Amino acid sequence: MSKVLMKGNEAIGEAAIRAGCVHFFGYPITPQSEVPEYLAKRLPEVGGKFIQAESEVAASNMIYGAAGVGVRVLTTSSSPGISLMAEGISYIAACELPVVIVNIMRGGPGLGGILPSQGDYLQATKGTAHGDFDLVVLAPSSVQEAVDLVILAFQLAEKYRNPVMVIGDGMIGQMMEPVEFPAQEIGPPLDPGDWALTGCKGRPTRIVNSLYLDAQKLHEHNVKLKDKSRRIAAAEQRWETYNCEGKYDLLVTAFGMMARICKTAIDELKAEGIDVGLFRPISIKPYPYEHLRGAMDKTKRVLCVEMNMGQMLEDVRMAGEGTKPIDFFGKAGGIVPAVEDVVARIRESLGKKGK
Amino acid sequence: MRKVFAYTDGLTRLPTHYCPGCTHGVIHRVVGEVISELGLRERTVGVAPVGCSVLAYNYFNCDMFEASHGRAPAVATGAKRARPEIIVFTYQGDGDLASIGMAEIIHAANRGEKFTTIFVNNAIYGMTGGQMAPTTMPNQRATTCPAGRDVNEVGYPIRMAELIASLRTPAFVARVASHTPEATIRAKQVIKEAFEHQVAGECYGFVEVLSICPTNWGLSPRESSSWLEKEMVPYYPLGIKKRPDEIKGGAHGHN
Repeated sequence: MSKVLMKGNEAIGEAAIRAGCVHFFGYPITPQSEVPEYLAKRLPEVGGKFIQAESEVAASNMIYGAAGVGVRVLTTSSSPGISLMAEGISYIAACELPVVIVNIMRGGPGLGGILPSQGDYLQATKGTAHGDFDLVVLAPSSVQEAVDLVILAFQLAEKYRNPVMVIGDGMIGQMMEPVEFPAQEIGPPLDPGDWALTGCKGRPTRIVNSLYLDAQKLHEHNVKLKDKSRRIAAAEQRWETYNCEGKYDLLVTAFGMMARICKTAIDELKAEGIDVGLFRPISIKPYPYEHLRGAMDKTKRVLCVEMNMGQMLEDVRMAGEGTKPIDFFGKAGGIVPAVEDVVARIRESLGKKGK
Repeated sequence: MRKVFAYTDGLTRLPTHYCPGCTHGVIHRVVGEVISELGLRERTVGVAPVGCSVLAYNYFNCDMFEASHGRAPAVATGAKRARPEIIVFTYQGDGDLASIGMAEIIHAANRGEKFTTIFVNNAIYGMTGGQMAPTTMPNQRATTCPAGRDVNEVGYPIRMAELIASLRTPAFVARVASHTPEATIRAKQVIKEAFEHQVAGECYGFVEVLSICPTNWGLSPRESSSWLEKEMVPYYPLGIKKRPDEIKGGAHGHN
């Protein structure tokens, strides 16, 4: 299939349809509103269901209801909206239901702003909502990758019966890039297996429930969820390295769009004979700690670059275990560090003056 | 010999956890009978709330969800929209529905979601130990209004059936009671009609059932029954508030 020029948010909506998801429940919020807008038009064309919920709280509970009856379902939102969805996400994780959530991040905390940010890294990977559970979180760095990862997200959600989040900054949602979709318009329906509530005709009744009044049983449920997280961590780590073939003067770590900006900075420095490698985690949960450590072993110094105040930095430090000095460069508030900003910060880390 | 009374297969055989005198069990029974008599059990998905009836998923003999506090209508919306062929009902108490879940119930009703809500109003928070509900009567005592509900401080109790009936969207809205055998028989007729509207794909159905809470009211079951009759019924008048055919076809339909 040939490439089409599409806005990130619209491409995300189309990707869900190509993945066989024709059920969407969501609520408008900048900078992701084009997803519900696109799907409001597109889903009826493919026999799907689009509902604009009264709030993100309701939207997250609607996807809980839809996933519980065994259909593929998507919601999308942006930072403050994801906070409101936290309630539903915790229940969905507890009930082991497959859903895909897209977070097109804006600046925070609070109402924050509407410009691009990576300020929800910790919320997505460490503390999405109450209770012991882990999301799978994938961070695209281009519109094409957003499409590919949304499709992958549905596959992982169903494979592990776990909520999967695709997380991108506002730029991913708002920028236009050429993208290629898989040909299949609607995949095979989700297999309701032995868990979905479809009416109990010819079988015993089923309950989708997250209440465990017996402490021992709840403990066992938590152990089961943790075991699943371990299985996911063993099988589903994804990452990209750039200019990491030999040894390098410095290793830059970045995720999402920020990594793309870092690549250009690395190219500029390479022309001057300064060798900088890049490690980009694609799955920020599970985080590819050991692979990052391997990339760190080939350099003396690390620089973590983010569009926040240093959220992934904690994971980079964990990977390094104190073996390498780790610097940080970040801008929040919707400021996107430019290539020259990154170049200047890399020089600073290396103790080199500019041209 | 003719069998005149038997278990309904709309309910499981599990003993309920409800307090002595509480009418949740009676209301469960009525809903279970309706589901069974209409032949819906094998295509029904129920949504249980948070509150006294949090364990309702163990008692209804059909596929069941447990929802978070107040969100049962959102869960039901997701389920029914995703699988329109199933019959969906929510079973909710007054704290769940009229307080924390006010937005979800109003918007589900206003969208005209094709499911049925059984709303049990006992004018108090039962599960959490007798705190004030949005439906607590004026001057009624509760642990968070020990001197009685002061309407100047916290407003008057919310009449949910009337509030939902005020929405323009077609719906079946009624209030019944469960404090006497006669009232319960009437409640069953009305709940049956609500499910029938769903089966016909016509509209959202909302049945408020006035219920007693001897434990938290501090009254005997018999006194509770009288208190419901004397105090609640005048403020929460029984009857069908709205039927879908009453506003069909007219741009100026009344409620």
